[in-house]
Amino acid sequence: MNLLDLLSSLFFDYTLRTVALGSATLGILSGALGTYAVLRKQSLLGDAISHAALPGIALAFLLTGSKAPLVLILGAVAAGWLGTLLVMSIVTTTRVKDDSALGIVLAVFFGFGLVLLTFIQKKPNAAQAGLDKFLFGQAAALLERDVVTMAGLGALVLVVVLIFWKEFKLLSFDPEFGASLGFPMRALDILLITLLVTAIVLGLQTVGVVLMSAMVVAPAAAARQWTDRLGVMVGLSALFGALAGVSGAVISSTTARLPTGPTIVLCITAIVAISITLAPNRGLVWRWVRHQRNRRRLRVEAVLGDLYALASQHDEPDHGHSIAVLRAMNRGRGGVTHSLEQLEERGWAHQVGPDEWALTPAGLAEAQRQFGRHREASA
Amino acid sequence: MSLPQIEIQLIASVVAVACALPGVFLILRRMALMSDAISHAILLGIVLAFFLTQDISSPFLVIAATITGVVTVSLVELLSRTRLVREDAAIGLVFPVLFSIGVILISRFAGSVHLDTDAVLLGELAFAPFTRFVVLSYDLGPRVLYVMGGILLLNLLFILLFYKELKLATFDAGLAAALGFSPWLIHYSLMTLVSVTAVGAFDAVGSILVVALMIAPPAAAYLLTDRLPRMILLSALIGVASAISGYWLARALDASIAGSMATMAGVMFALAFLLAPERGLVAIARRRARQRWEFAQTALAIHLLNHEGLPDAEEEYRLAHLQEHMRWEPDFATRVVRHAERRGIVFSHEGYLALTDRGRQVARQAIVS
Repeated sequence: MNLLDLLSSLFFDYTLRTVALGSATLGILSGALGTYAVLRKQSLLGDAISHAALPGIALAFLLTGSKAPLVLILGAVAAGWLGTLLVMSIVTTTRVKDDSALGIVLAVFFGFGLVLLTFIQKKPNAAQAGLDKFLFGQAAALLERDVVTMAGLGALVLVVVLIFWKEFKLLSFDPEFGASLGFPMRALDILLITLLVTAIVLGLQTVGVVLMSAMVVAPAAAARQWTDRLGVMVGLSALFGALAGVSGAVISSTTARLPTGPTIVLCITAIVAISITLAPNRGLVWRWVRHQRNRRRLRVEAVLGDLYALASQHDEPDHGHSIAVLRAMNRGRGGVTHSLEQLEERGWAHQVGPDEWALTPAGLAEAQRQFGRHREASA
Repeated sequence: MSLPQIEIQLIASVVAVACALPGVFLILRRMALMSDAISHAILLGIVLAFFLTQDISSPFLVIAATITGVVTVSLVELLSRTRLVREDAAIGLVFPVLFSIGVILISRFAGSVHLDTDAVLLGELAFAPFTRFVVLSYDLGPRVLYVMGGILLLNLLFILLFYKELKLATFDAGLAAALGFSPWLIHYSLMTLVSVTAVGAFDAVGSILVVALMIAPPAAAYLLTDRLPRMILLSALIGVASAISGYWLARALDASIAGSMATMAGVMFALAFLLAPERGLVAIARRRARQRWEFAQTALAIHLLNHEGLPDAEEEYRLAHLQEHMRWEPDFATRVVRHAERRGIVFSHEGYLALTDRGRQVARQAIVS
């Protein structure tokens, strides 16, 4: 399939268009809200929330008998919200730590959801079929009405984020200051959690309970590497999420037997890997380059210092010092020849004989500037 | 009870104890969610080993899956050591990737084989007794029972042999390192145990239940005691209780056994959360209420002592005056006085209050301290 075909089917093929739009919505939402979760050290809350939502879906179906997306979403949001509140109250009232609290809520709610799902499946009416798509996600089964619901609720979530932009920023970076200014930080906290829960629940049908946590953490973790500004980070994170969603949906639809959810996760992971290695300033490559540059500079300085130490043993400034001596003083760190060339380039050292080097007057002045005071202090 | 029923409960109990043992140290070391990461990531190891051996019951699967678990732990550490992402985010990044690769491999290449994601994630304990351990045509019982029994023994042996080291590394990692115990070695040994346990338990109970049984019973025990040996014992007991009650809940509802066991583990934790002596919500609320009364009585005694023998004593000792002076509601004031009288701190006579000797003592003590 060539690119043109792909583009045309992206626009005109009903299934692919629906799946791609759904995945993009999922990516934008989880990317934007995930930013706050990652910044507030709640990365794994997403994992707990997505698992905790399962019994809500089952209960909503049991109570109403309806499979309308809005009903199931409301149930899931209620359960996810309850789970989060439980985590918070366990952590604040007992000495059980947050990791244990998250783990308990995650596993127990999920287990209870499983009980309800299997209970529903044993019931005689056949209407329950399709509830288990929330477990692993089934992007291919997305219908237009699902996507419309997702997009509508998602837009609402994003609008609320924009309205409370300043407050959420305070909440993420300095909640004590916010409280001192008179903002109701506790209420804002609960509001932001509610938005996160909604964003996660909206994505469950596409990628499933297990992989949803990656969609919360990964876009934000990638975006964090490129910027130090909250606005840029939220935007980038949403963009990365959408990019991964659409490309995952397209790749899995063009390849046989490639499930959408895991493909989306691999796409977002690729984005994370690129960001972690290549992002300017923070990226691993940049860090390595900076490290090498620093090392070389320090090595040159060390050789300059060694030459200065040798020169101070002799009266005539042009007395040559053997490179072998410098190597010995260098204690095998290497790069002596290279460092001497660097010094020569700067006009601080010159070669006075075969393998013999000495400081120039400029080099002597520079060495005195760098090491002189240090030497006096130690003398 | 029929034989399969007894066998299922026995397997469930063995799994519960095997999970609770390393779980205690996981929650004490604040690594509870590592069990979540490991139990998901081992799917990849199982799938890869299955492709190599084409045999779902090969012991090689267990080894490969265990290695994947340990690799997960080191990947998380590698990633968080770059300091580009925090540790919790690193966990959230690593295990979904490994899990995704596992799922993709299964759906692309193993479509026709008996290996699916549901089984790994959810488990099916009801089928566990069907695979028998047969030696020389003697049926010795369900195979899983032997696998998990072996893992339980391994965990128990490890904790018994390295109890001192584990305890030290858990409660004072700095001291452990200074004394020459390698925290790294202890950490990775524990993580290997968690991986082995998760792998052994996955086809009986599924990876989510492994997480529930590793975290919930030890967390409940953590609220009940301050002593490590007692916590280990309590975790095992709570685990067994969740397993057996979970089995009967599942029978009553005709629902997933693994899910019911996780639910019951949650119920056990909820009970401890609410009712634990000293640390439970009820105990905390009662202590707060008692402290409120005691504080009010002490305040009353100090107030009376301050005015004792002074000209305004007449006025200040009037019962009705307490409302203005202490800013107490009339109801509250009468109740405080009643409590204080019962404790023998004050006595009232015709609407006037006076300190007893004991009351003077209480007030002086409170002022001094």
